[in-house]
Amino acid sequence: MNAAARTGQRRNDRTRITVTPEGIALPVTLGSRGSRFAALLLDLLFISVLMFVTSLALIWMASGTFDVAKVQGGIAGQMLEFLTILWIAAIFLFRNAYFLFFELGPRGATPGKRMQGIRIAARGGGRLSAQMVIARNLLRDIELFLPLVFLANALGGGDMAAAGIAGAAWFLVFALLPCFNRDRLRAGDIIGGTWVVEAPKRKLETAMSVREPTQPAAAYRFSDAELAVYGEYELQTLERVLREDRKEALVSVQEAICNKISWNPGQGEERAFLEAYYTQLRARLERNLRMGRRKADKFAGEV
Amino acid sequence: MSNGQQAIEAAALRSDRFRLEREADWQKLEAIVARMEAGRLRKLSDEDVLALPVLYRTVVSSLSVARETSLDAATLAYLEALVQRAWFLVYGPRVSLWQWLGQFLSGEWSRAVRAMGKDVLIALGVMVTGVIVGWLLVASDIEWYHALVPPEMASARVPGASREVLMDTLFGNQGQDAKSAFAASLFSNNAQVAILAFALGFAFGVPTLLLLVHNMGLMGAMLWLYHGQGLTVDFVGWLAVHGTTEVFAILLAGAAGLHIGRSMAFPGRRSVMQAAAEAGQRASLVMVGGVLMLVVAAVLEGFARQLIDHTQGRLVVGGFMLVLWLAYFFAFARDPQRERTG
Repeated sequence: MNAAARTGQRRNDRTRITVTPEGIALPVTLGSRGSRFAALLLDLLFISVLMFVTSLALIWMASGTFDVAKVQGGIAGQMLEFLTILWIAAIFLFRNAYFLFFELGPRGATPGKRMQGIRIAARGGGRLSAQMVIARNLLRDIELFLPLVFLANALGGGDMAAAGIAGAAWFLVFALLPCFNRDRLRAGDIIGGTWVVEAPKRKLETAMSVREPTQPAAAYRFSDAELAVYGEYELQTLERVLREDRKEALVSVQEAICNKISWNPGQGEERAFLEAYYTQLRARLERNLRMGRRKADKFAGEV
Repeated sequence: MSNGQQAIEAAALRSDRFRLEREADWQKLEAIVARMEAGRLRKLSDEDVLALPVLYRTVVSSLSVARETSLDAATLAYLEALVQRAWFLVYGPRVSLWQWLGQFLSGEWSRAVRAMGKDVLIALGVMVTGVIVGWLLVASDIEWYHALVPPEMASARVPGASREVLMDTLFGNQGQDAKSAFAASLFSNNAQVAILAFALGFAFGVPTLLLLVHNMGLMGAMLWLYHGQGLTVDFVGWLAVHGTTEVFAILLAGAAGLHIGRSMAFPGRRSVMQAAAEAGQRASLVMVGGVLMLVVAAVLEGFARQLIDHTQGRLVVGGFMLVLWLAYFFAFARDPQRERTG
């Protein structure tokens, strides 16, 4: 648990620790409210487009049927009825099965969620089951579709005052629910036992310490005392600076280190200097780590 | 000596040698995971599918070793992300839709219904009460009829209608084509009502109960209307064809909503969140079943009712469906011991 909490600076109030069945602690980052809202809007857009295209296609087929009707009356009637059933079934499925279908897939995300880089997961790190996905999406009906229909009716009917306020209040209660609990759960998440997390995706980057050692790098040798001034936090900062590889950052970091250990910073060889320092600092810290001694940052003693 | 081995030996740090020795496995897992995420399962060879859990465990152990020995933040972050992605797949919903449906029909559904037996009874009581209340209200003041039955639904079926008019609404429609489109729209509508009854359980079940009372009050009012013209049995028969299935489905949806509401109000030793999640998952199974039942009900309503034009036959069909559902849900409790504890 402790190890997981140490491994980076990207911890924030959205990070939760889950424990896998293998007993390893994994940090997960909850999806931000903004990206969830954007994902929902995208999905609604996709659903509307799907509904619209389906309706158009069926209307087109129906108009074809009317041409047939001029020749044969009876069959055309049955055809129209069949198309109506198709339409009703399609609308029902788009409204209720769109989210289900995609969230049951291996990505655990609708297209909108995928574009926002988020997915659903079982709360607390269990297995995500089909029941959970079904439960969380059945609730969507009262959270979203019903109050919106209600609002639209109230607006259309002209009876804005009471019904409109009731509809808006209903909608807001559910829409704002994720803002009032720690894990940003909406009603469907509570009932389904799920939460929405950021879908992890990360490339394996080359280790900073195994690049082809350039000749000058080998020239830098730091004594144990010179390496002892920094801890793990500084090491990770240094790693980030090296990966970003921005000239001015390299220069200022080199200056800071040289001030600390009373060296004269050489010109034009910042990167080689820092790579050498990084490698040797890491070697030292890891050696101590194996002995069970950790140093969190420059202020900490070695424990 | 191969290139890879040279690199491993050239690496100054032990943690880097550790990484170089294992990163081929990591990247293999990443490739499998990426392909599975993209849904290209067919392109995955059997070897890869078998390798997934093994590689997953390898990477998990790499991560736990790396956490104790390596200070390479990028590698740790990569491993964490990779373990998480693989974990979603290894512990994801790995049954196919058909397998799930098979399990669902062959026991999971009826087990979930039995697990909420108390809620089913409560919902049943509430629905019966609703019918009685509807009847009594209309009997005391006829104006209630218009309040309970929306005019577009009532059409000819209003207080004061003659026996013949009411008879016409029950019989003599077999000449018409089967109303399949009508049935489809009825299904869509009923399913939405059932989902509503379920979802409203979220507010501790109270709105679910109100919804049940309201819907059943409508039925009570119409029952009163037909009773006034001595058509009680005929009306019941007309309703029973699909009604035993449809009302059963709404009963189950209401019970599912109630189950959530009750679990949240009385979570016992569990936390409210945990109780809500457990109840919600069980209730969602019942709900999926309810929607299936509504499909059956719509088919019965659209076709069977037109084909069978006498009360006796309708009662037989309706009664048969009721017995069928009851037997399906309650007659095959295969492992009663486990169910009681579970």
